[in-house]
Amino acid sequence: MKKTTQSVLAAACVAALMAGCSSTTMSSSADADRATAEVIKASFQNKGIAKLDRIAPEASNDLCSQADVAGKALDEKTAKAIEAANMAAIKWPSDGKYLGDWKRGEKVAQSGKGLTWRDKITRVNGGNCYNCHQIDPSFNSYGTLGPSLVGYGKLRGVTDPNSPAAQAVVKYTWGKIWNSRAYSACSNMPRAGTNGILTQNQVRDLVALLLDPNSPVNK
Amino acid sequence: MRKHLLTAMTALALSTLAYGQSDIEKGIDKYREMLADGNPAELFEMNGEELWKTARGPKNATLEKCDLGKGPGVVKGAFVELPRFFADTGRVQDLESRLLTCMETLQGFNAAELAKVSYNKGEMANIRDIATYVAGQSKGMRFAVPQNHASEKTMYEVGKRLFFARGGTHDFACATCHSEDGKRIRLQGLPNLTKNPGDGIGFAAWPAYRVGNGQMWTMQKRLNDCYRQQRFPEPKYGSDATVALSVYMGVNAKGAESIAPAIKR
Repeated sequence: MKKTTQSVLAAACVAALMAGCSSTTMSSSADADRATAEVIKASFQNKGIAKLDRIAPEASNDLCSQADVAGKALDEKTAKAIEAANMAAIKWPSDGKYLGDWKRGEKVAQSGKGLTWRDKITRVNGGNCYNCHQIDPSFNSYGTLGPSLVGYGKLRGVTDPNSPAAQAVVKYTWGKIWNSRAYSACSNMPRAGTNGILTQNQVRDLVALLLDPNSPVNK
Repeated sequence: MRKHLLTAMTALALSTLAYGQSDIEKGIDKYREMLADGNPAELFEMNGEELWKTARGPKNATLEKCDLGKGPGVVKGAFVELPRFFADTGRVQDLESRLLTCMETLQGFNAAELAKVSYNKGEMANIRDIATYVAGQSKGMRFAVPQNHASEKTMYEVGKRLFFARGGTHDFACATCHSEDGKRIRLQGLPNLTKNPGDGIGFAAWPAYRVGNGQMWTMQKRLNDCYRQQRFPEPKYGSDATVALSVYMGVNAKGAESIAPAIKR
């Protein structure tokens, strides 16, 4: 992430902490924050590839978690800062090629493998997409935490994903998969590219799954 | 019996492919009904009761004087009031961390060493069975996890923060899957654990026998596997993070009927 956006986020963190000191109930909330940090430090241990650095403080996660605990949405300025920082962390395809093979994409979407403490570092990760989204409408084992993606390209008027008219949708789709929080500050969707879950080629295949007119998504 | 259930499960999975969403939900409910027919958890409960009453460990003592919060030896009703604060250890403890304490003080085991044993192995298998027995003695009772002591209140607040803490490679928090009503991951229904999710659901359903892998899982193991799937590092057995999350879920589930030991897919 860029240094400027990082410092905007840091400032927002400080503001959140200051607000936390304005009343007695809030100051016990700051105590609970400190107690939580100590509990986390004492309770977790490295296992396999899942090391403690995975739960190190991270500005946009921490701000979203704080907002969730408080039960209110982030203020707009903080949300925009998180989105900007995550937008800056998107890696666009070096060769300008956004579309892969939808059939391979379906396999990536089906797989929920990889990155747990039982997995080897060499394991090919899955996208976990079906855990939360409906995708191929003929496949019934899908989750409902995310919106249905049936008709994703068709509904957005994409008939030829390689045409200039489709470029905005194609780019958005890539960016959303690579780092969902560039578009929605506290999105629950994993940042598949930025966090190193999926490779460029896997993301290409997922973009094709969603936008290729031959994909079952758009049939 | 397990084979019979698996066959039924496969048949249901296949039949649901041909139907729409509401039929899928119905199919899942039907499958759950079939599971309730016979619960192998009873075997673990029986073994746990035997272990509770058998003199064991370096001190060759039973656990019959173990104080689970309602006085030495009182088992009935203890489970639905855990975790709670214990003056002798100065800690808020859940059922399993409390069992470790009793095994150390009464029987002479080394609790820290026991906590490092792999789940389902050696003494950890015994703790699993004892926990299943103790939980079973509160079956049908309603959760009333106390919030009287200052430490119990702090642990609730810590548990709430842990519940919403995003992390790991996928930025998952417990709340990612468990803070809304009526959601599913694949075909698995997800309880909303930010409130009382209903009788025998969520916190009120563990320990449970899992048909899918033929294992008896305690709440500690349930939390451990949630964190594995969240791609977090591992929570230590009986650690304060796991206890705090149990306080949060247990207090939220106030009034929910315990069906533990339950049976799960």
